[in-house]
Amino acid sequence: MERSSRSLTVSRFTHIELNFIYGMTMIKKLLCALALVITCTGANAAGGNFPLERAPDRINDLASLQNGAKLFVNYCLNCHSASAMRYNKLKDIGLTDQQIRESLLFTGEKVGDLMMGTTSVKDGKTWFGAAPPDLSLMARAKSINAGPTGSDYIYTYMRTFYRDTSKITGWDNLAFPSAGMPHVLWERQGPREMTVITTQKTAANTDKPAGWERISTTYDSAGYVSNKVETLANYTGKPKVEHKFKSLDPQRAAAYDRDMADLTGFMTWMSEPIQQKRKQIGVWVLLFLGIFFVIAWRLNASFWKHVK
Amino acid sequence: MADEKSVETTGLLGWIDRRFPLTSTYKAHLSEYYAPKNFNFWYFFGSLALLVLVLQIVTGIFLVMHYKPDAQYAFQSVEYIMREVPGGWFIRYMHSTGASMFFVVVYLHMTRALIYGSYRKPRELVWIFGVGIFLCLMAEAFFGYLLPWGQMSFWGAQVIVNLFSAIPFIGPELSIWIRGDYVVSDATLNRFFAFHVIAIPLVLLGLVAAHVIALHEVGSNNPDGVDIKAKKDKHGRPLDGIPFHPFYTVHDILGVTGFFIIFMAIIFFAPEMGGYFLEFNNFLPADPLKTPLHIAPVWYFTPFYSMLRATTDDFTWVLAGASVLAAIVMFFKTKGLAKLIVPVVLIVVAVLLRTIDAKFWGVVAMGGSVVLLFFLPWLDYSPVKSIRYRPDWHKVLYGIFFVNFIVLGYLGTQAPTDIFNLMSQIGTLIYLAFFLLMPVWSRLGTFKPVPDRVTFHAH
Repeated sequence: MERSSRSLTVSRFTHIELNFIYGMTMIKKLLCALALVITCTGANAAGGNFPLERAPDRINDLASLQNGAKLFVNYCLNCHSASAMRYNKLKDIGLTDQQIRESLLFTGEKVGDLMMGTTSVKDGKTWFGAAPPDLSLMARAKSINAGPTGSDYIYTYMRTFYRDTSKITGWDNLAFPSAGMPHVLWERQGPREMTVITTQKTAANTDKPAGWERISTTYDSAGYVSNKVETLANYTGKPKVEHKFKSLDPQRAAAYDRDMADLTGFMTWMSEPIQQKRKQIGVWVLLFLGIFFVIAWRLNASFWKHVK
Repeated sequence: MADEKSVETTGLLGWIDRRFPLTSTYKAHLSEYYAPKNFNFWYFFGSLALLVLVLQIVTGIFLVMHYKPDAQYAFQSVEYIMREVPGGWFIRYMHSTGASMFFVVVYLHMTRALIYGSYRKPRELVWIFGVGIFLCLMAEAFFGYLLPWGQMSFWGAQVIVNLFSAIPFIGPELSIWIRGDYVVSDATLNRFFAFHVIAIPLVLLGLVAAHVIALHEVGSNNPDGVDIKAKKDKHGRPLDGIPFHPFYTVHDILGVTGFFIIFMAIIFFAPEMGGYFLEFNNFLPADPLKTPLHIAPVWYFTPFYSMLRATTDDFTWVLAGASVLAAIVMFFKTKGLAKLIVPVVLIVVAVLLRTIDAKFWGVVAMGGSVVLLFFLPWLDYSPVKSIRYRPDWHKVLYGIFFVNFIVLGYLGTQAPTDIFNLMSQIGTLIYLAFFLLMPVWSRLGTFKPVPDRVTFHAH
């Protein structure tokens, strides 16, 4: 595969980033190979009630969607597929066939091809415990009735990975505990620490009366755990669990957050590419019906005035 | 040469009328079909139901052109319709929103019949055909829901077909026979497709025709429950009747436009309707190895689904107790052979309630709550048809019934908890008691005098 075919003309990526992306692809392949050796059993259902952060709405920002598309093709598409999407559908977010061909097609696909990942279902199962799911509709599928949207889920999920040496991949996730997926984009996010702060009641025992304590469990940037227990005097609140991330490279982490907003925006768009056009047409349809309603109302009245 | 029928019309229309009852049919069903002039808001929903039926058939035809009833391709083909078929998303959203709106419209149509006594003599057959349509609609919706082959499609079908296995003796074999396999599979998808696009629609169309013909034979009821044919002018036309066309056609154009404003607003701005019209989990392809944490049917089945879930082993004690109580009452209240037969049957039911698995009775409760509707014309003994002239506490009972139905619907969408389960059980009892005790309560109270003519205020 030629390096030049990877240059991103639409991109805002620099050469350093390109090298980085190239390197990342290699890392991913190594990770996959590693996972192959250590056969893990990923959890199937996204459990937990972790409060989801609201994803920024970037569905109408073409530059953002394009950046999201680029990230998606470069990172997600190696293991996942988006089998309902064709590459040339990206023309709807402002890319040209040539741009798609030159910057997003790496392994000889055609612009009319479906976005298929390179990992087979069988390999996926062997490497991650479950085949990486198809992502075409994930932003819709993860929504909850009268609750947060799937976009919020993706945005939170991508930003709540933490190192945990006790996990097979070396990573765990707050939004999806025991996720089968390692933090593929960790180098873009930079090293972080995660602290779980649990405030809970303690039972009375012979030494001391019942009270409150705060346990802080910190997973450092290498995934090692340390615990700290404090006794709380005069605590009057409720039991609670808080999670805090501390980035050791805040600039990289901030850039990563912006990228994840773009990626989430792209996946939201991809889950229903017609959504903006649908709403645009809808305004005209309702305007027409509104006017027609007045006509229908007067027509009805002109007939019914004869009914005594 | 055979004699030609003599008709009033001339020209081409005359030629047709001598061979086909075109003018007379048009007159009988439209221009000289006299409908009461006091129809209100509730009377939009019959014609709207017909409209949605036509929409579902037409959009369905276009969907079938691109959909593949094959477990391997079904999910993808739906997304293909959504993304690559020109206008496919609009057709598909019309069909998916249409399914829910069909039930909205039909539930409101049935509510109208309930409150104005439209099922009473001589409209029993209109009502029975109508309940048949409702049953067909439920079957149609159930079969259709499997077709997108998403997680909820698959697991919903799995749960419902499994219910049949609760039937004593034949259950397990019956459920395999229905599925055509040991689990819901490609075989199931293909037969459900056949039912959804051919079998049920044919029955449905027949029943709709029968429903309308029966209605036009006896004439429409009205909010006052007054028989308009009792008072006629010198031409034999009902004094309170007006020709359906043009008066109710222009009226229905207004209703259709209002309906379309809501319908199109949903299609263009909220096609998932917050996960109630299109369930979010159904955007994941069916996976027989991955059971969703919470399987909920689409909202229009949830009141009945609640009654199914409410029927636990404990609850069959309550039902058996009620059955014994009914047996005692019937023993004292009935005469002749019924004095023997009815209590014995009720006692047997009570015994069976405790001997057969509660799961089976859950299925009976769910099915029975719909089948019960068929008997409504013979359960209502009130001297007046319309709720307008019933005692005020009857109105309260109807209010409780409708609120209870909505609460049952809500509970059916939620994951079961102890308190919700108790609420469903109370709700089930209220639903059953409303109908089964109707012969008693419907004749009690002071009824208001029914006027000779309909109440109508000129526009």
